[in-house]
Amino acid sequence: MATTATQSGSWYIVTALVENKPGVLFRVTNLFRARNFNIESITVGSTEQKDLSRMTITTNSDERTLDQLVKQLRKLIDVVEVKVLDTEKTVYRELALIKMKAVDPTTRSEIINYSTIFRGNILDIGKETITVEITGTPDKIDAFKNLVEPYGIAQLSRTGVSALPRGVEV
Amino acid sequence: MTGAKALIQALEKEGTNVVFGLPGGANLPIYDALVGANLRHVLVRHEQSAAHMADGYARIKRKAGVCFATSGPGATNLITGIATAYADSSPVIAVTGQVPVAMIGKDAFQETDIIGVANPCTKYSFQPRAAGEIPEMVKKAFYIAESGRPGPVLVDIPKDVQQATAEMKFPDLIKVRGYNPVVDADLSDMGRAVEILVKAEKPIIMAGGGVILSGAFAELQALAELLMIPVVTTFKGKGAFPENHPLAMGPIGMHGHAEANKIILEADCIVAVGARFSDRSVGRFDEFGKGMSIIHMDIDPAEIGKNKSVDVALVGDVKSSLRTLVKLLSKKIAKRSADNPWLKRRKELVQYYAETLKDYPREITAKKSLKKLRELLPANGVVTTEVGQCQMWASLHFDVIAPGTFFSSTGLGTMGFGFPASIGAKAAAPKVPVVDIAGDGSFNMTENSLAVSVLEKFPVIVFLMNNYMLGMVAQWQRTFYNKRYSGVEQHSCPDYVKIAEAYGAQGVRVGSMQELDKAIKAAIKSDVATVIDIPIDPDEDVYPFVAPGTGLKDMITGA
Repeated sequence: MATTATQSGSWYIVTALVENKPGVLFRVTNLFRARNFNIESITVGSTEQKDLSRMTITTNSDERTLDQLVKQLRKLIDVVEVKVLDTEKTVYRELALIKMKAVDPTTRSEIINYSTIFRGNILDIGKETITVEITGTPDKIDAFKNLVEPYGIAQLSRTGVSALPRGVEV
Repeated sequence: MTGAKALIQALEKEGTNVVFGLPGGANLPIYDALVGANLRHVLVRHEQSAAHMADGYARIKRKAGVCFATSGPGATNLITGIATAYADSSPVIAVTGQVPVAMIGKDAFQETDIIGVANPCTKYSFQPRAAGEIPEMVKKAFYIAESGRPGPVLVDIPKDVQQATAEMKFPDLIKVRGYNPVVDADLSDMGRAVEILVKAEKPIIMAGGGVILSGAFAELQALAELLMIPVVTTFKGKGAFPENHPLAMGPIGMHGHAEANKIILEADCIVAVGARFSDRSVGRFDEFGKGMSIIHMDIDPAEIGKNKSVDVALVGDVKSSLRTLVKLLSKKIAKRSADNPWLKRRKELVQYYAETLKDYPREITAKKSLKKLRELLPANGVVTTEVGQCQMWASLHFDVIAPGTFFSSTGLGTMGFGFPASIGAKAAAPKVPVVDIAGDGSFNMTENSLAVSVLEKFPVIVFLMNNYMLGMVAQWQRTFYNKRYSGVEQHSCPDYVKIAEAYGAQGVRVGSMQELDKAIKAAIKSDVATVIDIPIDPDEDVYPFVAPGTGLKDMITGA
């Protein structure tokens, strides 16, 4: 499995198909808390099947902790399937909304330029702020964030990663 | 049919014939539906005891035990019992009343989010929102509680759902999409296990609670007797293997048998059967099993590699795994001789510690009392224990002969478990004598179950080793806090003979071993519960002792 090494282990994307009913997210997150699993992000949403939701979880873990995380997830009655995705064979994206302080025209045009380079969308321009939507891998969002940080980020909201295996793999 | 009636019928269909519980505002419809039902209700005096009784019943029957409580405090009182069952993988089904659906989330009177509270200590939980959902939910609750690695399941029923009527369909078969426990272990893994065992010179079996849950007694014995190797158990596994068997060495662990703790360190291969390598059993995870091959059989895949990395994992019901392993091994090796150096070493160690470990110098001691109990209690007698010194003395000095007749709160370590659990056990096995090996601190916690034992005619025996101390805490304060006692003295209060008599049970205080002898014999014959108050010196410690955070090699024998 290809992974990106970081300081606290490796970065993994775990995907879980779960019953689409109340309380399932609670059971999953409570498990993470009780077992001391460190989660970077978690997203939940509907799938092609009405009665199933997909959770995408990213985590920095050592292999042993990841193994336990997967096994403990599988143990939950409402969790139907769990997979650790090979990041090389996976398409994954995150969306971020970033609101920056931008009063003077130079700043404004610089932000708009960067946004274009990062294939972002300008969602809102106010008298003192610009709000940009950036979609991409978490790395790309980090890069954009670092770039515009000096202008002053007023508010930032990230969705967490959503992922699917490439090609025919299901 | 009302939801409440459907609940009772669904329980009856699952073969439940007794429930332990206490009514309240939010489960009144359920209690009304009990009138005239084919279901015995045992009224408890505290819901914690109801859960322990259901647990004790479940451990004997190896089928789900059921308890009832109302919403709010009734439900939260169950939690200790549910958590106890969860820690020891016991199939308890807790049915709680809940405020009406429209009131949920409004901080109504006696409202608790019991599903949320119980989540970390239940295998699963249900909350029907319509009466018609109840039959299928109950069926699923039993299926989930009893199959795979058993565990408690909560069914939380809002009062209006109990009252509502619907056309009920009681399903015969149900499927839970996300829940498919594996029964048979992978055969290629099995092959690797066989290879290791054929080559191992000093293999040892470490039998855990999974053997008892699976009822794999004969299969375990077959493996031990084919290889002719020592068998240690975990504390939860005590009674997985007859402790008077020539291969038996008793439990390992913090207060394990000295020879068991010693020999497992000398092994070159450990076959862990239905055990989870708990800290209390193995000491330090990093030290335990170093340089040995470990074969791990368990039905719960999440136990594999949780505390200990292993060489071969056989995920499945240990009964099936043991059977296959013995079959495959028999093709490779003949039954080995008892006259082998490894068993000689076993004998040596047993003898050494029998000679080295000193008895505490008193007329009545915990050890002598428990040996006496063993001598007088029939082999099929059932024993539960409280928690603390009494429990560890039971582990050390009370040999379990008939497999699956010893039950304790081993995982959670719940004081107050033993007595109500003994009542549940008696409900499941009314014909055999049932004894709660107790200490005063622990018995105190649920002693009001004496009312239940008397009124509902469960003549159990409370074998009360009484030092008027929270003895285990006192021992730790003696050992680790330079005898600075803090919060451990019970000051000769209460008088347990009078307590027993106040409930209409028998109380007897013994002053000598002869009196103890007489008291046990009388209690076994008695048709009313008996509390035998046995004075124990408060300075009598439990040895051997493996201090927390240390390894089995650091065992203190007290000799």
